Amino acid sequence: MTAVAEKLSSKDFSSDQEVRWCPGCGDYSILKQVQTVLPDLGRPKEEFVFISGIGCSSRFPYYMDTFGMHSIHGRANAIATGLKATRPDLSVWVISGDGDSMSIGGNHFIHMLRRNPDINLLVFNNQIYGLTKGQYSPTSEQGKVTKSTPMGSVDYPFNPIALSLGADGTFVARTMDRDPKHQQAMIRRAYDHKGTSLVEIYQNCNVFNDGAFEIYTEKSSKKEQTLMMEHGQPLVFGENSDKGIKLDGFKPIIVDLNDASVNDLWIHDETDLVKATILSRFYDDPSHDGHFPRPFGVFYVNNNKATFDQLFNDQIAYAKESMGAGDLDKLIAGKETWVVN
Amino acid sequence: MTAITDKEVESVVIRFAGDSGDGMQLTGTQFTNATALHGNDLATFPDFPAEIRAPLGTLAGVSGFQIHFGSTQINTPGDQSDVLVAMNVAALKVNIKNLKKGGVIIANTDGFDAKNMRLANVPDDQNPLTDGSLSEFDLKTIDVTKITRAALADSGLTTKEIDRCKNMFVLGLVYWMYHRPMENTLNFIKSKFKKNEAVMTANIKVLQAGWNYGETTEMFANRYTVAAAKMEPGLYRGIMGNQAAAYGLIAASVKSGLPLFYGTYPITPASDILHDLSKYKNFDIKTYQAEDEIAGICSAIGAAFGGHLAVTGSSGPGIALKGEAIGLATMLELPLVIVNIQRAGPSTGMPTKTEQADLMQAMFGRNGECPVVVLAAQSPADCFTLAFEACKIALDHMIPVFFLSDGYIANGAEPWKFPKTADLPEIKVNYAKERAASDDKFLPYKRDEKLSRPWAIPGTKGLEHRIGGIEKQNETGNISYDAANHEFMTHLRQAKVDKVADFIPDQTIDNGEESGDLLILGWGGTYGALKTATAQLIAEGYKVSHAQVRYINPFPKNLGDMLKRFKTVVVPELNNGQLVKIIRDKYFVDAIPYNKIQGQPFMSHEVISKIKQILD
Repeated sequence: MTAVAEKLSSKDFSSDQEVRWCPGCGDYSILKQVQTVLPDLGRPKEEFVFISGIGCSSRFPYYMDTFGMHSIHGRANAIATGLKATRPDLSVWVISGDGDSMSIGGNHFIHMLRRNPDINLLVFNNQIYGLTKGQYSPTSEQGKVTKSTPMGSVDYPFNPIALSLGADGTFVARTMDRDPKHQQAMIRRAYDHKGTSLVEIYQNCNVFNDGAFEIYTEKSSKKEQTLMMEHGQPLVFGENSDKGIKLDGFKPIIVDLNDASVNDLWIHDETDLVKATILSRFYDDPSHDGHFPRPFGVFYVNNNKATFDQLFNDQIAYAKESMGAGDLDKLIAGKETWVVN
Repeated sequence: MTAITDKEVESVVIRFAGDSGDGMQLTGTQFTNATALHGNDLATFPDFPAEIRAPLGTLAGVSGFQIHFGSTQINTPGDQSDVLVAMNVAALKVNIKNLKKGGVIIANTDGFDAKNMRLANVPDDQNPLTDGSLSEFDLKTIDVTKITRAALADSGLTTKEIDRCKNMFVLGLVYWMYHRPMENTLNFIKSKFKKNEAVMTANIKVLQAGWNYGETTEMFANRYTVAAAKMEPGLYRGIMGNQAAAYGLIAASVKSGLPLFYGTYPITPASDILHDLSKYKNFDIKTYQAEDEIAGICSAIGAAFGGHLAVTGSSGPGIALKGEAIGLATMLELPLVIVNIQRAGPSTGMPTKTEQADLMQAMFGRNGECPVVVLAAQSPADCFTLAFEACKIALDHMIPVFFLSDGYIANGAEPWKFPKTADLPEIKVNYAKERAASDDKFLPYKRDEKLSRPWAIPGTKGLEHRIGGIEKQNETGNISYDAANHEFMTHLRQAKVDKVADFIPDQTIDNGEESGDLLILGWGGTYGALKTATAQLIAEGYKVSHAQVRYINPFPKNLGDMLKRFKTVVVPELNNGQLVKIIRDKYFVDAIPYNKIQGQPFMSHEVISKIKQILD
């Protein structure tokens, strides 16, 4: 990172390409928030690389005036890992969707989280296949009626946060397209984290799955249905911040703060994997009675796990130090040679 | 005691065969090293089952290692063997058909007991060692197990550990028979078992027991000497194909000044390249064992984007999975080397058996019009030259390049007059330079005289740009669905591959006249067998020549003219006819296919018969 970087603005990160998402698409907001956060990072823009796979979200790199690659379906994480392993000096970002990362690219998704290269992975989850015009996705709810499932999908959906924790992700967070401030905060935290940072972004596809997250994003229901997690703070939610979550052993319970004290509530600890795992399971259907609110914010951070790029390059450095730089003539000759006269 | 006579012979073929747990590959490799150091020319052929421990004693579990060595030029591991070492009856049954009449069989009698007979499906009333069925061979029976156990009775090792030394007895005996030096094997044992002195001592003792057995028993009337071969003067070493390929990649990294990234997923018979490369991290060699084949190539594409010399390696099934990403690399126009160590297919096929059936896959096995450069190595040592060349072309032309090898040359070994680093061609790499805001707009797909585009790596100020798999406008790289542009870009990507023909050597005739009755046109690992066959045919007065194509896409510019100077062109291949189709299509020559699809290399006598059949 250069010490004195020229002051950049969000405009510096906009390419000359016309943005071609459908009007009203949630992707616009994410593009804007990324372009807002990047200038504040104090880093020259040639050091940023955006890599995507295929899908509506994957057009993203074309709209960023940074280095970028729009690759093939599901493979952005694999390409990014190769780039970061060889060029740890770069700030590498992956833009992906629920189909790209969790269906066709599911293998690369879990393996990147497992290896933990210092890459920021933004998954635009709209619970539908948009670019192929409206089939159910691996995060669509069971029973989803789409073009490919006229009688409703029989698949159970993935829970992306639980999947990421299961793959030993070291930074796991959720945000939404309709909350710019929260989104910016999550993007910034993802950048600051050394390791793979997974940010699931609830993103509305107003053409094929309009209103999928309405209950969490609309003013009328947001406070009642979402749980905005903050490290060190009690888990409080509700229209009048009058509800909280308490732990009874490992069992979470919703309490009415008119009856219970805030002091008895569960205090959010981002570094606690067991508690993060419980929070990741706050995933029930919001139409069911007694359902838990949907958590947003950072579920889990592990700052104690070295990054893949660090370990990978440390081995190279150690090999050079302990064995000395390679001597090609010696290598090619090997240990046993003979002379023919 | 009868005197033992020393006989001088020109060349010998020995086949070591046993259960896959009998250590025959190690025995063969040790004998090969000793023979190379002795100065013979040689060629080897390991032939083993895919299972690490295949069912004990069965025909399917037989592992073989054949070596052909001599004082003359040796091109193949030999059609038939002079000596067959059979550690059990299954090994004898599988290999006897390729033993010369009068050839020596060294049979370990312990491997011919009732149980082994049953496992090898030998009928109860038969025993090849006693029923006279081997009367036309020179049968030597030795109870190797018993002798080994006796030699190590006081070693303190368990019976299981002792029995593992059996192969050393056989090796010692064959060393004695052929006057081989044992030092390299003694050094090998000392280094391999340096942490277990009991096992080290045991192996050395049994190796020497084998030698002494030859010396003191009267079983062998003859010993043989094979004089050093008359080879081109110089400094030599022995080399296997995969090892040579790994060194070629490392050499390209050194000569280009770029760190090497090898993204791959383990697969037979390509994994040894990963094993080899992973040892040389001090050369700035970065190996990455990805989660799958697709991630292997995609990580390499990421590394290429970042400015590394990027290589992915696999065998046919893995290449099938990489197809879409090869298309991406073609669209991105990034340098990438794709290594395919071919094996018998389709699907899983026969992983440890050789075949040349992935040529069409390399040429055309992708969606859309997706031409790439294709090179094919012809011998173990040639893997070095062409792996290096594949990297050079990829970097010079910003293009994906296939390097084809096969299981036969990958695991085969030969003496190699290896080059000096200073004598290898330079590989010049120029990343695109920084640009100021006042400079003209950066054009990522602007082309030079080779039709190559600039390599603008992330981190370079002013070169921010986007590339992708979608069709693009030339020069700007912007997405374009324009009809005429797509046709233009398709032709351009083809022209870029064709342009490589200006930078590769002309096709040469390996042996024979520049024109004649018949040209044997081979490619890849069939080189040795075709070379031997050609020499024999010429000696018999046939007007036959041989050329081996190493640059397949594009072909050398003079290949078409060369084909037209022969009345007949025959294309022998270990597949159902692939190069022949390309040749017929491209040059309109009525080339005759000659195919073998048995997972085994050509034998030179087969080629000779076929050519004679065509000519007579």
